Amino acid sequence: MSLVVEARHRLGGFSIDAAFTSDGGVTALFGRSGSGKTSLINIIAGLMKPDGGRVVLDGDIIADSQRRIFTPVHRRRFGYVFQEARLFPHLSVRHNLAYGRWFAGRSRKAADMERVVEMLGIGHLLERNPSALSGGERQRVAIGRALLAAPRLLLMDEPLAALDDARKAEILPYLERLRDDAGIPIVYVSHSVSEVARLAQRVVVLEDGRVKASGAAAEVLSAPAAALATGRREAGVLLEGIVETHDATHDLTTVRVGERLIRVPKIEAPQGHALRLHIAARDVMLATVRPEGISALNVLEGTIVELTAGEHGSVDVRVDCGGATIAARITTFSRDALQLSQGKPVHAIIKSVAIDH
Amino acid sequence: MSAVRTTRGAGHFDREWDVLDWLAVSDAEWTAIKLSLRVATVAMVCSLPFALGVAMLLARGRFWGKTVLNGLVHMPLILPPVVTGFLLLLLFGRRGPIGAFLADNFGLVFSFRWTGAALACAVMAFPLMVRSIWLSIEAVDRKLEDAATTLGAGPVWVFFTITLPLILPGIIAGMILAFAKAMGEFGATITFVSNIPGETQTLSSAIYTFTQVPGGDAGAMRLTIISIVISMAALMLSELLASLAAKRTAAA
Repeated sequence: MSLVVEARHRLGGFSIDAAFTSDGGVTALFGRSGSGKTSLINIIAGLMKPDGGRVVLDGDIIADSQRRIFTPVHRRRFGYVFQEARLFPHLSVRHNLAYGRWFAGRSRKAADMERVVEMLGIGHLLERNPSALSGGERQRVAIGRALLAAPRLLLMDEPLAALDDARKAEILPYLERLRDDAGIPIVYVSHSVSEVARLAQRVVVLEDGRVKASGAAAEVLSAPAAALATGRREAGVLLEGIVETHDATHDLTTVRVGERLIRVPKIEAPQGHALRLHIAARDVMLATVRPEGISALNVLEGTIVELTAGEHGSVDVRVDCGGATIAARITTFSRDALQLSQGKPVHAIIKSVAIDH
Repeated sequence: MSAVRTTRGAGHFDREWDVLDWLAVSDAEWTAIKLSLRVATVAMVCSLPFALGVAMLLARGRFWGKTVLNGLVHMPLILPPVVTGFLLLLLFGRRGPIGAFLADNFGLVFSFRWTGAALACAVMAFPLMVRSIWLSIEAVDRKLEDAATTLGAGPVWVFFTITLPLILPGIIAGMILAFAKAMGEFGATITFVSNIPGETQTLSSAIYTFTQVPGGDAGAMRLTIISIVISMAALMLSELLASLAAKRTAAA
């Protein structure tokens, strides 16, 4: 699977000039609202015709302004899950699900319907009307509807943005299953670091319609440049780890990251399962001596590799903890009081409850 | 009826029979009612595809002359009905340019026929039907149509599987409005096709005729009551469908 996207488009005072490639899995288009993410995904879908650019999927030219090729939306077979579910109000859930299947042709077997319904946990909703569903249920049906149209590529435009945290937590596991089981490449638009951290293999950071950074998720989200696009509050690092043990009595999971162990709130995943942890820089403290009698469960020894001055008297300190780099945001006052400088050994302290999975 | 009454003789039945007799509708009146229903139905059904097309154009189209089309459609609403009737006579009369063409090529004659009455009613009711459908098309969430497109539905399929079902209540309401308008049409009809009993004498022209002759009050009253019943029924049905439409388009 390979996807090539190039787009140039002018919309009043705003312009997009972005290009990225993907080789399967989940590619996140990431950026603040107004950065051009939705326009870019609409260009891929064909809902918006750019002034110039091209979309190529697996060598198949879907659109190319120079060659005057523009495949209409309904022939692209790109599934699209919108921010609002957009279920058809005059059709039952079952018929909503079946809508795209019908156009996908008869090659699709009935087993697919059962598999998708089972994967999304919507079997009990089939005979209902869309208006009788909760927000989370609607979004799951919308995902199922897009999947059953047998898409070659799945586009998702902030599918969780309209939902509260509880509903998000309800849908995220389904999206992970989708990523791991369905084998369909996904382009996922989001402005949430934790969603992107959890789902995406590749991240394309957009700012003002331009690509600011792109690459593997852990790299891009951990790089200081991401701080500009994510808003300073969420800036941090993304660590890749493996589930080591579960502590049932305290509902904790120990995750191995490089040479270090990090304890986090319980994660429903088997031992040996690979996952990613997002650790926001503002949640990390630094100490020059190992602290005693402290409630935080994770105290990691490391060496300072970099100090970057931020806004409003803050400093981002990057600490190498046995192969894993952790960022800590501290005040310039603390930096001076602790005399922190490059190469100095420190302890990074992370509260378990602050860690996003 | 009167024959029956005389054989029954007098007695306390007399009064009752008088009332029933007053309510009894004569053959000529029946003909007018049936003709009105037929004219209104034909006018409604035949103008529907045109109204749907024009409403789609006005709601979605971007073309030069849209304002002109909008004005033309609304003309019958603004012009005095007599003027519309006279224009129809000029255009669709036996010697009118369109009337002569249709008569020569398709054998379709409008002047002084019930078909002419249907045409006059259709033209008069057209703006009402178009407006009703137009409004319901504008209420359709285009995002739903986009969603259908991403699922593989081409423009024609989107129209028939998404747009049309969503505007159906608006279409039905428009049809009922047009039907009621056609039932009551008078000015354009009488100008265009005159008032020929059995051919072009609709309910309205029959009432008008009754009021012009001595002793016609009872007949006029009977037809008036029938008119009121039909109009009320149409209005209530339209309201019911409007509320259904509101429920349906409460988007998910």
